Amino acid sequence: MAKITYIDKDKNKKIIEVADGLTVMEGAVQNDIPGIDADCGGSMACATCHVYVQDEWFNKIEKATDAEQDMIDMAYEPKKNSRLSCQIIVSDKLDGLVVTTPEKQS
Amino acid sequence: MKKTDVVIIGAGPVGLFAVHQLGIKGLKAVVIDNLDKAGGQCIELYPDKPIYDIPAVPECTGEELTQRLIEQIKPFNTQFFLNERVDEVRKDNENWIVKTNNDHQFIAPNIIIAGGVGSFEPRKLSLKEAEKLEGKSVFYAVKNKEQFKDKKISIFGGGDSALDWTLELSKFSKITLIHRRNEFRGAQHTLSELRKLEKSGRVSIKTPCQIDKIENEKNLKSISIKFDDGKTENIPTDIILGFFGLIMKLGPIAEWGLNMDKKTIEVNPENFETNKKGIFAAGDICTYPGKLKLILSGFHEVALASVECFKRARPNEKYRFEFTTSSKTIQNRLGKK
Repeated sequence: MAKITYIDKDKNKKIIEVADGLTVMEGAVQNDIPGIDADCGGSMACATCHVYVQDEWFNKIEKATDAEQDMIDMAYEPKKNSRLSCQIIVSDKLDGLVVTTPEKQS
Repeated sequence: MKKTDVVIIGAGPVGLFAVHQLGIKGLKAVVIDNLDKAGGQCIELYPDKPIYDIPAVPECTGEELTQRLIEQIKPFNTQFFLNERVDEVRKDNENWIVKTNNDHQFIAPNIIIAGGVGSFEPRKLSLKEAEKLEGKSVFYAVKNKEQFKDKKISIFGGGDSALDWTLELSKFSKITLIHRRNEFRGAQHTLSELRKLEKSGRVSIKTPCQIDKIENEKNLKSISIKFDDGKTENIPTDIILGFFGLIMKLGPIAEWGLNMDKKTIEVNPENFETNKKGIFAAGDICTYPGKLKLILSGFHEVALASVECFKRARPNEKYRFEFTTSSKTIQNRLGKK
């Protein structure tokens, strides 16, 4: 279980407890967090669950695979700390993770 | 106006299998899709990725699955309308009239919407100025390369489209290739060609950076790009070409008066009919209690929807359930003797 903070484009914060094994995307979708579309349902085939991971967390979580980087190329306004939230799997180690959703996804 | 039994919107795996399920019941269908080829997400998003959960097919790629479905529906000689988006659906007594953005019109008692997450459209630059210049000096596809002759072109993107057009257009124009990271994704041969062109000075490569500003928004003269370390650079540019892949947009479907739940269409799970009689939805775009977004679920959904389509298209005939293994009628329709 990890408490994850989702910050939307208007800086509204929501803290959600997400069960281990779910992805950061699923934590958002199941709790009606706005700003994460996840059109492809988590198969890494779109880039509409794109989030910015807070810098201090970015290097702590597992690095993105090449395939994920290829998808991030297609995201809306990618930055250095961009990730696809469907590829970040929640565990106790992620307790306190903070992600920000982009201005829009598509 | 073309008359048919069923208009299928979407040529993804579920739309293709709908042709089969309708075809073995003796119903004619047309298929409309916004992409330039059949296959939907399978062909556009993951042609090379293996799929492991198609019954009796332990492993196949999105492209293979599409090819096999096309093979399976060959006997029905179905007409495809590709590169076309359905813009309008309106009622005409017991029928529906379907109009595309290419001015094709169809009349049919049934519509099956197998539209996935909507139609694919190119992802665009987020700068407001880019919007104003779109079609004039900002493009997301190359339709006629003649218009890009002897220009200063800035190409954005790191995938196959960006690389292929860089090579092609560099034959007669000055190209700057701009990408948000240092790695490009393309065939080895393409990448080595690119490096050669860079050495010879025909192509200039700028990474890792992104567009920052567009100068002279009425008449594009130059753009400013910003590197990851914060430095900016001015690039004289007549034409911007952006290749950021495709995104899926629900588009006009939202305006047809169907009951929606977020971006999905509510259906009755007995026959996958929407709140409008004769309009069905199947595959990723439909929702009902327990819905799973799997290709195999979509196959089941169109099988059931096709029965209801039969009843509406042939109101004076009785529907008979038949097996392909034993029905002579079906085997004839499939061209088997």
